[in-house]
Amino acid sequence: MARKAFMIDTSRCTACRGCQVACKQWNKLPADAEVNRGSYENPPQLTPHLYNKIEFIEKGEGKDFTWRFLNQRCLQCGDAGCIKVCPSAGALFHTEEGLVGYDQDKCISCNYCVNGCPFDVPRYDANNKVTKCHGCMDRVANGLQPACVKACPTASLQFGDRDKLIAAAKASGKQVYGETALSGLGAMYALDGSPQDYNLAENPSIPQSIFLWKDVIKPLGILGFWGAVGAAMLHYVTVGPKQLEDDFEDKGGE
Amino acid sequence: MELSRRGFLQLSGGTIGATIVGVGLKPAAAYAEPLAIQYAKETTTICPYCAVGCGLIVHTRGGEVINTEGDPDHPINRGTLCSKGAALYQLRHNDNRITEPLYRAKGSKEWKKVSWDWSLDQIAQKIKATRDATFMEKNAKGQTVNRTDGIASVGSAALDNEECYLFQKLLRSWGLVYIEHQARI
Amino acid sequence: MTNHWIDIRNSDVILIMGSNAAENHPISFKYVLEAKDKGAKLLSVDPRFTRTSAKADIYAPLRSGTDIAFLGGMIKHIIDNKLYHSEYMQLHTNAPFLVNPDFQMPGDLDGLFSGYSEEKRSYDKSTWSFQRDANGVPKSDPSMQDPNCVLQLLGKHFSRYTPEVVSDITGTPQEQLLQVYEAYASTGKAGKAATIMYAMGWTQHTVGTQNIRTMAIIQLLLGNIGIAGGGVNALRGESNVQGSTDHCLLFHILPGYLPTPKSSWNDLATYIEKSTPKTNDPDSANWWANRSKYITSLLRAHFDSVLSAAEDFGYDLLPKLDDGQNASWLMLFDRMFKGDIKGFFSWGQNPACSGSNAGKVRKAMAKLDWMVTVNLFDNETASFWKGPGMDPAAIDTEVFFLPIAASFEKEGSVTNSGRWAQWRYQAVPPLGNSRHDSEVMNELYFRVAELYRKEGGAFPDAITKLSWDYGFKGPDGKIHHMDIHAVAKEINGYFLEDKEIKGKLYKKGELVPSFAFLQNDGSTSSGNWLYCNSYTEKGNMLARRGQSDPSGVGLYPEWSWCWPVNRRILYNRASVDANGQPWDKKQPVIWWTGSGWKGDVPDGGWKPLSQPGTKKSFIMLPDGVASIFGAGMKEGPFPEHYEPLECPIEKNPLSGTKNNPVIKRFYEEGGLEEDVFYSCDQRYPYVATTYRVTEHWQTGVMTRNIPWLLEMQPSMFVELNPELAKEKGIKSGDWVKVSSGRGEVEAVAIVTERFRPFKVQGTTIHQVGLPWCYGWNTPNAGDSANLLTPTIGDANTMIPETKAFQVNIEKRG
Repeated sequence: MARKAFMIDTSRCTACRGCQVACKQWNKLPADAEVNRGSYENPPQLTPHLYNKIEFIEKGEGKDFTWRFLNQRCLQCGDAGCIKVCPSAGALFHTEEGLVGYDQDKCISCNYCVNGCPFDVPRYDANNKVTKCHGCMDRVANGLQPACVKACPTASLQFGDRDKLIAAAKASGKQVYGETALSGLGAMYALDGSPQDYNLAENPSIPQSIFLWKDVIKPLGILGFWGAVGAAMLHYVTVGPKQLEDDFEDKGGE
Repeated sequence: MELSRRGFLQLSGGTIGATIVGVGLKPAAAYAEPLAIQYAKETTTICPYCAVGCGLIVHTRGGEVINTEGDPDHPINRGTLCSKGAALYQLRHNDNRITEPLYRAKGSKEWKKVSWDWSLDQIAQKIKATRDATFMEKNAKGQTVNRTDGIASVGSAALDNEECYLFQKLLRSWGLVYIEHQARI
Repeated sequence: MTNHWIDIRNSDVILIMGSNAAENHPISFKYVLEAKDKGAKLLSVDPRFTRTSAKADIYAPLRSGTDIAFLGGMIKHIIDNKLYHSEYMQLHTNAPFLVNPDFQMPGDLDGLFSGYSEEKRSYDKSTWSFQRDANGVPKSDPSMQDPNCVLQLLGKHFSRYTPEVVSDITGTPQEQLLQVYEAYASTGKAGKAATIMYAMGWTQHTVGTQNIRTMAIIQLLLGNIGIAGGGVNALRGESNVQGSTDHCLLFHILPGYLPTPKSSWNDLATYIEKSTPKTNDPDSANWWANRSKYITSLLRAHFDSVLSAAEDFGYDLLPKLDDGQNASWLMLFDRMFKGDIKGFFSWGQNPACSGSNAGKVRKAMAKLDWMVTVNLFDNETASFWKGPGMDPAAIDTEVFFLPIAASFEKEGSVTNSGRWAQWRYQAVPPLGNSRHDSEVMNELYFRVAELYRKEGGAFPDAITKLSWDYGFKGPDGKIHHMDIHAVAKEINGYFLEDKEIKGKLYKKGELVPSFAFLQNDGSTSSGNWLYCNSYTEKGNMLARRGQSDPSGVGLYPEWSWCWPVNRRILYNRASVDANGQPWDKKQPVIWWTGSGWKGDVPDGGWKPLSQPGTKKSFIMLPDGVASIFGAGMKEGPFPEHYEPLECPIEKNPLSGTKNNPVIKRFYEEGGLEEDVFYSCDQRYPYVATTYRVTEHWQTGVMTRNIPWLLEMQPSMFVELNPELAKEKGIKSGDWVKVSSGRGEVEAVAIVTERFRPFKVQGTTIHQVGLPWCYGWNTPNAGDSANLLTPTIGDANTMIPETKAFQVNIEKRG
């Protein structure tokens, strides 16, 4: 199957946030109690109940002033740090369409995907299970558009064959963010500005420490029964020894 | 990936039966749960918020709303929605909805639940008493006016056309001229 | 809207001014961006840089309340540079008409037109008239060179609106002013279209109607009315505010925009005689000459059909206003405040937050004996007696809260801003023990009628002779289930007896095919002539879902139904030249084939204007042409800039007349403390305006109670620029207090470059803005911005001036 992807054309986003609510509606996610912190942007970051959100970015002044809107979500990496780092087989995985799906039943609540993600996306819900945008894999598998894409009034959010979306964006003169990084993102931006204008990393990459895990430890097959030990080792590698014991103690309570 | 209305109906099992062409429910991958709206009943509606007049589909099962999303065949919104339209579901699944008539007595600090029958009788009596007390058949110049200036009404751009028509007809039959609504503000 | 939502995609230039479509009508941007994809320019003119401005090609800031100055400068630009569409103006407007030589303008009379009476604060309009020939038809100069012709007078009037003067009033830098003028005026030729998308940013001013008039004049100069991608488009705010206006839940009009009877119109004949516009021009259709048919058919729908012509079909049963009585919103609450209104319905509305000067509105409610409030949710109106500053023990108002069904829990139609009346169905029964609005009305009708039948009382005939036939009656004589289709059919209208029209027999009981068939002899009924054609023997036209678009310009004639008679673009006969050929061949609305019209339903089926025996193109106006000179306005036939009632500058730079000279001044006239205003007062030095946000709707009752929406915009805020914030020691996220002469609200500060200080007459003027979608009834959300707004209205409509007033802002202690 051809790899599917999102293309997010920032020039077309009006920040109506239909995407934000349509996602909650389809996925039946509750609202978070919020306060205004001096911005329209709310909640201020992704939460276990918020799989995609609009970032409001004000820059410059006078005639150079710009107000840009960026749909933030899981970018569905081809080379996905979260999948790489996940010690529990099948908890995080690439779907047939190339999206990054997850199976909460297999999630062991280790939190490592949080560290493995270059974009600070995965969140843990009240049951301490991973949660994030899964590209509405239930809808996509049944031939529907993801809920956010369907709702988007201005076609700022598009979903389809990755190659075709890239070709179309380039044909219209847009700069594509994420075409090749991390083996190609499954949610790319067609930017009307530079990555810096949108506070996006120029060259996103998986934290270096992850490679130790992927290339050295994971191949040793420390999974299943050994998963927790492996996870602990990763934690040691990425965070350091100090919280190691605390972590085990916490787990002991469950 | 654009789904036609027909395809959408087929997919969710609304009206068309067995054969599913093109967008069929292919053998789902292990992770794919059955689609929540499969075989749900579909009802078309128009968004109750702004006056763009976008179309929505309300999916119901067992007499309850299970999903709301844009109507892909609506020529204006073509299945899309803004944040308000996308939130329609929570107008139904909502702990704040008032579902029983309430009454606040003179000087009272609180609402109390009352019956429809009692409320409607009370209101009818109040309308009559105030109307009778304030009705003017003639004005100071002796011209026929047949009105009351003692009762006023505001609203409602939230009503359907048929209700708006009925409402003004009813109010004017009681003699009201102080009839205003959102269009004035 | 003269046009409709999809039609925006046909525009070459889109001006969004007096509205914030990206935020308040988000789906419109589907079409705005489609137009931009084809090369259209988007212009955003707003005191504040909005989500609309973020997508615009040109953004121009202006100080609130200075739109006429801004647009007046555009009129000057168009006329000076001869960018207008001459042929269009000659055919379709009164630009060539010759005006009374005694007519004088503000340039000569220090801001006033001829005929002003200081004492009456109104105009004698006798000089605002046309020179007429022996037959009473207006004289005209087709070359439009006569110094007394409308076009020349318009040019003379707006010659004072130079870019320097305009910039000095509006605070808009001249560079952006000219960019907007040049882009917009580029459409004054055949084949180009520009549209205006406006909303309450224009109406909520003491010069609201004239704001819109100024733009209508521009559209007529450029030939932009009647064409695809053109028009004057009011973006209406509620799902059915168009329908509720059409059905006239307003004091001054009956369904279909028929004037409310007044006391001097003592019988039906007098009503018809006095309210029917007249023309001496044989080429003018003067469609309102049909008024007798519409009012008679309305009476037939309202009252028992046994009432005869001799009984004026029940005309006397309708309530009548005293001559000159104004029962509009501000007057209603003023009388309530003074204790003159005893009973009150608030049906699907929340005036405690939506009413200008909401503090006065809330106090007024405490004077009521009883209130009936009908809503989905509790709100600040229903619970006013426990609101801030209220002592429930001291408030004697009895309040009834009736819970009703949501939109998808009932069946009926709503009319969108583009006049499409669309049917919606019941998906689920009303929640809990809530009921359909129509069932509640039905119960009230029968219960009140029963009391009058049993007990008698004041003028029972108005109630007992009302027709109310919307379903099967039970053994008790009451309807227990309302058939909403029966109401829709009554609105359309029936033949009440067999009637032959143009050789065809229509049987008693048949639905009337369209308003052209309505009669003034009592043989037809129609609750609202404008909707006659909406539910016919062919079925419920409102429920249609046809997908075809034969013209290709997005009319979708078989989707739902649109008034009048399914005409999708109003004034469409102005989209063609004298031979019936479209100005724009690429996106024609209608065209003459030699034997008939194709395309949209033409605005009258007469032949093209070059052919004998035709009628002019603006059929609703007595002169048959569009009014660049509009004597119907209260403050003058041309718009003139006046400052808002509360404004930051001492003097109107254009004249010695500072404010609209004909507005009703509540404070001076009634002297109520609640109606106080402060202009150029150091205590309230900052201009303020109010607005909505995408995530909330109106006062927020239907969105503050939606957790998903409240999450995104949880509480009251005020936006202000960094300079002012620095001066006041305010940072983003701080709680601040905003106060006016009427009240104060607390809000979170959003310090943003999106507001910039204005340079006006050499001084720096700061403007702040607040949303009005909050209320105390939602925990931690703050209260309504309308606690700050004034008791003052537009001179023509009395719509309150909530878009420009003066405040102070301080960090909360």
